[in-house]
Amino acid sequence: MKGTDGGASRARILARVRRALADVPAHERPRDHPVARDYLRVHGRRSPAESAALLAAHLADYRARVHRCGADGLPRLLRDLLAERGARRVVVPAGPPEEWLAGAPVERVPDSPALTPYDLDAVDAVVTGCALAIAETGTLVLDGGPGQGRRRVTLVPDHHICVVRTADQIVDSVPQALERLDPLRPLTWVSGPSATSDIELDRVEGVHGPRLLDVVLVADAAG
Amino acid sequence: MSGPVPLGMPAFPDAAAVSTRDARLRATLRHATRTIRAKRGAAVAELDDWRQLRAAAAAVKDRTLRHLDHHLVRLEERVTAAGGTVHWAADADEANRIVTALVRETGEREVLKVKSMTTQETGLNAALAEAGVRAYETDLAELIVQLGDDLPSHLLVPAIHRGRSEIRGIFRDRMADWGRPAPAGLTDRPADLAEAARLHLREKFLRARVAVSGANFMVAETGTLVVVESEGNGRMCLTLPETLISVVGIEKVVPTWRDLEVYLQLLPRSSTAERMNPYTSMWTGTTDGDGPRAFHLVLLDNGRTDTLADAVGRQVLRCIRCSACLNVCPVYERAGGHAYGSPYPGPIGAVLTPQLRGTASALEESLPFASSLCGACYEVCPVAIDIPEVLLHLRERVAEGGEATVRGVRAVVRPARRHALERGLMAAAGLTLQHPGALRSGQRLAARLRRLRPRRLPGPGRAWTDSRDLPEVPEESFRDWWARTRGGASS
Repeated sequence: MKGTDGGASRARILARVRRALADVPAHERPRDHPVARDYLRVHGRRSPAESAALLAAHLADYRARVHRCGADGLPRLLRDLLAERGARRVVVPAGPPEEWLAGAPVERVPDSPALTPYDLDAVDAVVTGCALAIAETGTLVLDGGPGQGRRRVTLVPDHHICVVRTADQIVDSVPQALERLDPLRPLTWVSGPSATSDIELDRVEGVHGPRLLDVVLVADAAG
Repeated sequence: MSGPVPLGMPAFPDAAAVSTRDARLRATLRHATRTIRAKRGAAVAELDDWRQLRAAAAAVKDRTLRHLDHHLVRLEERVTAAGGTVHWAADADEANRIVTALVRETGEREVLKVKSMTTQETGLNAALAEAGVRAYETDLAELIVQLGDDLPSHLLVPAIHRGRSEIRGIFRDRMADWGRPAPAGLTDRPADLAEAARLHLREKFLRARVAVSGANFMVAETGTLVVVESEGNGRMCLTLPETLISVVGIEKVVPTWRDLEVYLQLLPRSSTAERMNPYTSMWTGTTDGDGPRAFHLVLLDNGRTDTLADAVGRQVLRCIRCSACLNVCPVYERAGGHAYGSPYPGPIGAVLTPQLRGTASALEESLPFASSLCGACYEVCPVAIDIPEVLLHLRERVAEGGEATVRGVRAVVRPARRHALERGLMAAAGLTLQHPGALRSGQRLAARLRRLRPRRLPGPGRAWTDSRDLPEVPEESFRDWWARTRGGASS
């Protein structure tokens, strides 16, 4: 289907574009016009530990809470973070989070296409992994891969706990992140809890997305 | 650009004459724009390669625009292959008809909206209302505008002209008419106001079946759309409903996935002064079991190809709607966004609106003159649009007439009547400068009569001095002073 009158508008718009570009030489190909990519791939040289520290600092700048632990300490830390807010029902996407929360005293709600927005509104928290994290901007990226669930599970519940493996999931920069991501997967980039600057351009945290974002940086986590 | 031009929209100077006398509006705007300006400076200074990123951003957009047809066809292919449906809308009416028909097919009577400049431009909400469909705005500032039965006045923060106490009043008085009422005892603390919006919109998000969005970027090689936002209302609309309709201007396409690395670094810092905005959603067609089952992309022309036809003016199609130019503009800060008479206010509006709509009416004719040409907008623009250059180009077209493309047809624009005086003065100036003798005697005469200098010019010159002080006439002209002293070398 091409609009209300079939392809007529498509043809009209494309013809207008071509007429408008009469000054572009006929032999010029789409990639001919030069683009100098002399900007930086990374803003600074960092050791893995420094990148993790920068990620933590930038996440904290935008009011995410950042925690660190080893693989062994992860289940205990997650239990504590959930208990602190009295979370009883927790969404657990298939994959590593099932293992992390195996012994937690909460009702585990598996992610499934049958979960409605209303169902999700009635859970207290969600625990996920991520595809990668970007240190320079303090960003987590979810791509729906194992342990991340469908997009709605990290959106409707008011508390999101996201686990990042420091060994292999932290990149420094936005260009590095895009290189590693698959555009055909649905992607969600998260930089802090939801926020707005709409009242007198002052930033306020906590609007429609999760108002509490806990990020756990795990050294040598399994899975 | 067709679409809703409220009848009798006054020309910029008339609207600004009213708004600049509104002390509360000026204080609100001064506070908001100065706050964001300082923060933006700090966010930009963090990147040593800002200059290179900015040059690359301009070059990628130019590269795209020079072969826009190629990239649009490619985008269409990829979106279709990924399960989406692509529609083409030549103007606002057609875009509104397409969206209305798609909503009707779902059988729904309400749609949720993500903040979108293109649907402001087309006047979609009014068109949907006529068809019996209620559109709910979900961005906080758009909600304030909608509840207040108001018009947007800023690209990023459409309710920037409203202070916190006004917002509290609007929420208290109007929320009940649109759904869940404001909480009792609502204060004007921004956090409480945000909470009131959260509660008010929650029920709408949960039951939503159809949503309408725009997009910040479309990637031709992958068919991916990108929406950059803060509150999570975007994510709600892009993932919870069954049907998603995105109305996007044809200039929002970029050729490659990699090109996003430039804009995702420039846009948040330039716009909200953040390293990265809280949420960015990227989707390619539809995904089984995750998000909308039906995805429609409506590609909108509405004056963009006319703009593309102008080799000087086409650079405004690089715009990524960050609003940095509004926040630094001394004219915007004093006149406010409504004076620009379109959804695109500020310096970018002054060059975009007259190109999208043509310079046929008094409002569009006046916009290229709504600037002091100080150049601050060009300096902050992350895609290096030389706004002063385009302003002068459009001024010339208004005053002198010339060729322009209007709805796809090459036409000769007649000089505007209102600018006859300027044309006359420019002609006189040209003549005088070519005849130094006449200039010299004129200057001497003016110097002798300098005490008689009026504050306002009489007759047809009055309009010119309405917004300008008449320059003081020096006792002695520069030429005479130079002839006498040789630049002070002898004294």
